[in-house]
Amino acid sequence: MDLQTLTYIVVGATFALYMGIAVWARAGTTGEYYAAGRGVHPVANGMATAADWMSAASFIGMAGLIAFKGYDASIFLMGWTGGYVLLALCLAPYLRKFGKFTVPDFIGDRYYSRSARIVAVICLIVASLTYVIGQMKGIGVAFSRFLDVDYATGLYAGMGIVFFYAVLGGMKGVTYTQIAQYCVLIFAYTVPAVFISLNLTGNPLPQLGFLSDTADGTPLLVKLDQTLVDLGFAEYTAQKGGTFNMLMYTLSLMMGTAGLPHVIIRFFTVPKVSDARTSAGWALLFIAILYTTAPAVGSMARLNLTNTIQDPAFDIGDPQGNLVYDERPDWFRNWETTGLLEFEDKNGDGRIQYYNDQNPEFAAMAEKEFGWKGNEMVKVDRDIMVLANPEIAKLPNWVIALVAAGGLAAALSTAAGLLIAISSAISHDLLKSTFMPHISEKQELMSARIAMAGAILVAGYLGLNPPGFAAQVVALAFGLAASSIFPVLMMGIFSSRINNIGAVSGMLVGLTSTLVYIFTYKGWFFVQGTNMLPNTPDSWFLGVAPEAFGAIGALLNFVTAFIVTKMTAPVPEEIRHMVEDIRFPKGAGAAQDH
Amino acid sequence: MAFKSDDDRNAYWRKNINLMLTLLVVWALVSYGFGILLRPMLDAIPVGGVGLGFWFAQNGSIYVFLFLVFFYAKKMRQLDREFGVDDD
Repeated sequence: MDLQTLTYIVVGATFALYMGIAVWARAGTTGEYYAAGRGVHPVANGMATAADWMSAASFIGMAGLIAFKGYDASIFLMGWTGGYVLLALCLAPYLRKFGKFTVPDFIGDRYYSRSARIVAVICLIVASLTYVIGQMKGIGVAFSRFLDVDYATGLYAGMGIVFFYAVLGGMKGVTYTQIAQYCVLIFAYTVPAVFISLNLTGNPLPQLGFLSDTADGTPLLVKLDQTLVDLGFAEYTAQKGGTFNMLMYTLSLMMGTAGLPHVIIRFFTVPKVSDARTSAGWALLFIAILYTTAPAVGSMARLNLTNTIQDPAFDIGDPQGNLVYDERPDWFRNWETTGLLEFEDKNGDGRIQYYNDQNPEFAAMAEKEFGWKGNEMVKVDRDIMVLANPEIAKLPNWVIALVAAGGLAAALSTAAGLLIAISSAISHDLLKSTFMPHISEKQELMSARIAMAGAILVAGYLGLNPPGFAAQVVALAFGLAASSIFPVLMMGIFSSRINNIGAVSGMLVGLTSTLVYIFTYKGWFFVQGTNMLPNTPDSWFLGVAPEAFGAIGALLNFVTAFIVTKMTAPVPEEIRHMVEDIRFPKGAGAAQDH
Repeated sequence: MAFKSDDDRNAYWRKNINLMLTLLVVWALVSYGFGILLRPMLDAIPVGGVGLGFWFAQNGSIYVFLFLVFFYAKKMRQLDREFGVDDD
C-alpha cells in the first residue's frame, strides 16, 4: 500500500476514534462542561494533562531545537518538566481545594476584586490565544505535508473536529479525547526513536542509546561532537550561551509552565485534593516519556542528517564524501517541495557541501583548500528532525503515517485544552461572575458553547492569517504566565496578607515590565523595525534574553505586591479564613456542589 | 473546623512548608545546580562519552522531578492522616 493511502487510513481511524469519544462524553451541566464533573481518575487526568501540555511544538519542534542547540536546549527540557514540580507542590492541591472552575475565579475571590479577576482574564486570553495560533499552524502543516491537501483545507478539517468534541463535550469530551490523543502521540514518538536508537547504537531504549557507543566503539555524543567540529560547527555538548541567561530562561519556563491556565484547570477535574497531588506526578511521568526521548531523537537525527550529506567514510574536503545532488534520497526530494529543505549549488560541482560558513576561520580554510563557496544547505528547518526522521532512518511506511497522526494528535489536544480555558474564562468569569450574574445554569452552559465556537473561529482565522509574529508569541505566553499569573497564585496561597490592591499592582507591574522588555528587543507589538535595541546577547540587560525575562517580571510582581500591601488596608477576616481553609484537603468533596 | 486546635493547624502547615522547601532545594540542586552551575565539576564523572552534568541537564533532572512529586504526594497523605484532615 502506498504511503498516501496508509496515512489517510491511520489519520482517518484516529479521527473516527475522537468523534466516537465526543458522542459518548457529552456534557449536560456546567460542572461537566468546565471540570468534567470532577470525576476523572488521577491517572487518566495525568494522561490528559500530558496531551494538553505537549503541543505541536513539543512533538514536532523540540527534538529539532535540541538537535541544533545541543546542550543549550537543556533549558527547555528542564523548564517544561520542572514546572510540574512547582505545580504539584505549590499550586494544584490548593487550587483544587478552592473548588471552583477557572483560574480567574480564584484570583477574583481571593483578592476580593473584580479588577483582579478581569486582569487575570486578559492575561489568560492573550496567553492562550497566542498559543493556539501555533497549534492551528501545526494542524495545517501536518495536513498539507502528509495528506497532500492544501493548508487551508487541513485547517478547516482540524477546526471541524475540535468544534465537534469541544462544543459538545466541553472539558469532559476534551479530557477523554486527550487520553486517546496521548496514546497516539506517545506511540508515534517513541516507535521511530526506538528503531533509530537500535540502528545507531544497538540499544532499544533511546534514553540509554544516546549515551551508548556506536558501531565503531565511539560513544554517540563524542562522535557527534567530532562530526560537527570537523565541519566548523560548535560542539554539540558544549555550552554556548551565558550561564545567567540559562538560569533565568529555565526559571521563566518553569514558572510559566506552572502558571499556564489551561494546564491548571486540568487539576480541577479530579475528585480529591490528594488526587491532584498524585495526578501531577502521573502527568509528569507521561510527559517525561517524551521529554527524556527527545534528546536522543535530537542527537541521533543530527548525526544521521549530517552523515547522509557528508559521508564519514571519506575525509572532509574529498569530493567523494559529498552527496551528489542528483542522487539525493527520496525524503530529501519530498521535503524540498515543502520548502523546509533548500539547496543551492554555490560552487557548481553538483555535490552538496553542508558546513558552518559562519565560522570565518573554517570557511576561509574550506574555500582555499577544498574550493567550497559557502554552505549549500541554505535551509534546514529544525522541524524536519522529527517529521523526516523515520524516512531518513529508512523506516517502513506505517511508521511515517503514524508520525502524521501523532503530530495531529499533539496539536489537536493542546488546541482543545486552550480553547476550553478561553471559553470558560469568557462564559464563567466575564459573563456569569462579572457582567451578567443572573443568568441560569442552562444559559451559562449555552454561552460556554457559544464562546467555544467563537474561540475556534478566531483561532482558525488567526491560523489562516498568522500574524507575522506567530513564531515569537510562545515567548509571550510563557512570559505572561510567569510574570503575572504565577506570582499572584503563589501569594494567594502562601500569604494571607497580600491584599486586592497589592495583587492588582503586582500583576500589572509584572505584566508591563515583561511586555516592555520583550517589545524593546523584538519590536513594539512585534512590528519589525520598531525595536529600540538590537536583539543580541550584548545588548540584553545582564545578558538575559527577552524569552527569559518572565522570572524577573515575576520578581518585580512579588516585590510590588508586598510593598503596596504594606501601605494599604489589610485583608478582610473572611478572606483570611478562606486562605486557611484551602491549606488542608478535608472537605474538598463539598466544593463539588458549587 | 477540621483541625482540633489552632496549634494543630499551625503544626500541620509548618510541616507541609518544611517538606515543600526541602524538596524544592533538591529540585533546584539537580536542575540549576547539577545541570547548569556545577556542570563543569560534575562532568569530571564520565557518562556515555560526556559528563554527569550533561546527563542531569538532559535526562537526570527529569527523573528526579518525578521522584519529588510522587514523594510529596505520599508524605502529604501521611501528614493529612496524622492530623485527621485527609479527604478519604
